[in-house]
Amino acid sequence: MAVLTYREAVRAALSEEIERDENVVLMGEEVAQFNGAYKVSEGMLEKYGPKRVVDTPISEAGFIGMGVGASMLGVRPVMELMFWSFYSVAFDQILNNAANVRYMSGGQISCPIVIRGPANGGTNVGATHSHTPENVLANHPGIKVVVPSTPADAKGLLKSAIRDNDPVMFLENTILYGEKGEVSDDPEFLIPLGVADVKREGSDLTIVTYGRCVLHSLKAAEVLEKEHDVSVEIVDLRTIRPLDIDTVLKSVAKTHRVLIVEEQKPFASVGSQLSHMIQREAFDELDGPIHRLATIDAPAIYSPPVEVEQLPNPDRVVKAALAALA
Amino acid sequence: MSKKSTNTADVASSGSEKAPINAQLSPDAKIELYRQMVRIRRFEERSLRAYQAKKIGGFLHLYIGQEAVCVGSCSLMGKDDHVITAYRDHGHAMAVGMDTKPLMAELYGKATGCSKGKGGSMHYFAPDKNYWGGHGIVGGQIPLGAGLAYALKYKGLKGCALAFMGDGAVNQGAVHEAYNLAALWNLPVIFVIENNGYSMGTSQERSSAGPGLAQRAEAYGMAWGTCFGHDLYEVRATMDKFMTRAREESKPAVVEIDTYRYRGHSVADPDKTYRTREEVEEYRKTKDPINLFQEKLKSEKVLTDDLIEKIDAEARAEADLAAEFAEASPFPTPDDIQTDVYWEADNADKRASKGRLFFD
Repeated sequence: MAVLTYREAVRAALSEEIERDENVVLMGEEVAQFNGAYKVSEGMLEKYGPKRVVDTPISEAGFIGMGVGASMLGVRPVMELMFWSFYSVAFDQILNNAANVRYMSGGQISCPIVIRGPANGGTNVGATHSHTPENVLANHPGIKVVVPSTPADAKGLLKSAIRDNDPVMFLENTILYGEKGEVSDDPEFLIPLGVADVKREGSDLTIVTYGRCVLHSLKAAEVLEKEHDVSVEIVDLRTIRPLDIDTVLKSVAKTHRVLIVEEQKPFASVGSQLSHMIQREAFDELDGPIHRLATIDAPAIYSPPVEVEQLPNPDRVVKAALAALA
Repeated sequence: MSKKSTNTADVASSGSEKAPINAQLSPDAKIELYRQMVRIRRFEERSLRAYQAKKIGGFLHLYIGQEAVCVGSCSLMGKDDHVITAYRDHGHAMAVGMDTKPLMAELYGKATGCSKGKGGSMHYFAPDKNYWGGHGIVGGQIPLGAGLAYALKYKGLKGCALAFMGDGAVNQGAVHEAYNLAALWNLPVIFVIENNGYSMGTSQERSSAGPGLAQRAEAYGMAWGTCFGHDLYEVRATMDKFMTRAREESKPAVVEIDTYRYRGHSVADPDKTYRTREEVEEYRKTKDPINLFQEKLKSEKVLTDDLIEKIDAEARAEADLAAEFAEASPFPTPDDIQTDVYWEADNADKRASKGRLFFD
């Protein structure tokens, strides 16, 4: 075990998998010579050389599509999007080609590609750079979607994603890159996709969340316990598709009250899907309606102090939790 | 023709039958090339009848008139050469050696289809024959073609990728992004523009700026060439040059092959608005790739009238047999809808992930 930042944990996963499998190649804008737009891949070009760590032009449709094609022939590309927001210019390559090629070929073709990069608001970069497309991605059967919240999860899940034979979308977070945590240095440390993690145990309210909102929820839970005598359980989904709904339902059966916290626009979000499943599968366990805290429904505002309020934050989580308990 | 005349910078000479790649063909090999074209045409004519009889759903984009392009190009493929194309994909599928029974069954939406009835006309695949589709979005397959070439280069294999597109694809951004990557990284890919003059119902002069489509390669420092797609020898001579260069020197190229389709864009196209009957008839009379090759082989004393008739009868019988096979085959069932979505779901014993993959 070592204390690593989220950034270092991602780098460790990439490095270990590049060392383990000669077909793994990291590609993206500024990943090599520039050392990564967020320094995730710092030092990797020097260590692994230009065949394994490849700078691409700013050409997402081209290089993501190229990665999809290469993966059909057995290369295992890990493609970095500088921002997940840029997926929109590669939408056809990701969600028509990577998502569908297995199906349309009657199962003859696999597409073992990972597309990764940060997907978050909160850095005052405006509406074009603040997308959280996990719901859009997960709406496409054939695609898997991972959103890790801690350094350990980032490492263990990314290693599993790279070894996965299906296309995996891996959504990181620029604000989390500097967060620290204990991370295993075992090269076989793998966290399977589709396993949620109870990040905090509690008895009065279940908060179902993922990504950076896990950290907001943990802070809010401290306040709720100290100031309101409320015991909160926090379920971190970690993976959106496949989805570990069983861990969610188990927690609901324990607390009987649910708040979903997500950095998503509310319409047809991951939370929408979750609330449908919870009411459908645990209706009798609920002591009240399912509550949800999402990003306020508008394009991402630039104004720095106001953007904090548009996104979920610990104060908003506290208020939403109290409403869910009322 | 409402096409702009293509720049003839690198048009293969009319003596393409003397090119070594053609001169070395045995009489039997020539007959096989001829037979391939006839088989493709008869298969498609049979599929059109099945469509008109409402046996086939959706779209049916016929390749009739363009046969020499895919047969000529794919006849040059070695074991590490790969091919990908757009939705007018029946000819390429047969040219790489796919059997007509599963091809016809796929059109009928049957479980015995090459994609188990999940892809349809636009989505034929045979990775065991280095055939990677069959893609529905105009130009969307071209970055994938560059990726096949990237994989060949990455693995140190001496092959090349053929990425086919129509003339309508050349204005898509993804095509230009793939051009740039291929040229930047010297990927062994040949971008083949099958220029049949019309992107759906819009002629080249109404859709594409500039003097010629292949010439756009110059902007990327890529080699390019053009040739006539009604002449099978010329297609082979031209493609051989660029494929050999791609394999030996790992260099990409753009090849524009002038061709023509006799049918509408798809069978849903009444084909009455954008070109004249006379134009189609003129091409059919003077430039039909099968007729021209037939005449050539007759003059070479390779084909006889008896053999021509035999090949034609066999091709018709094969197409009928494929239709009978398709007709007799079962449809997939609703239980099949959720297979072939995830590798992990199809290989449950090797599944590493947990949780729900499917939702209701």
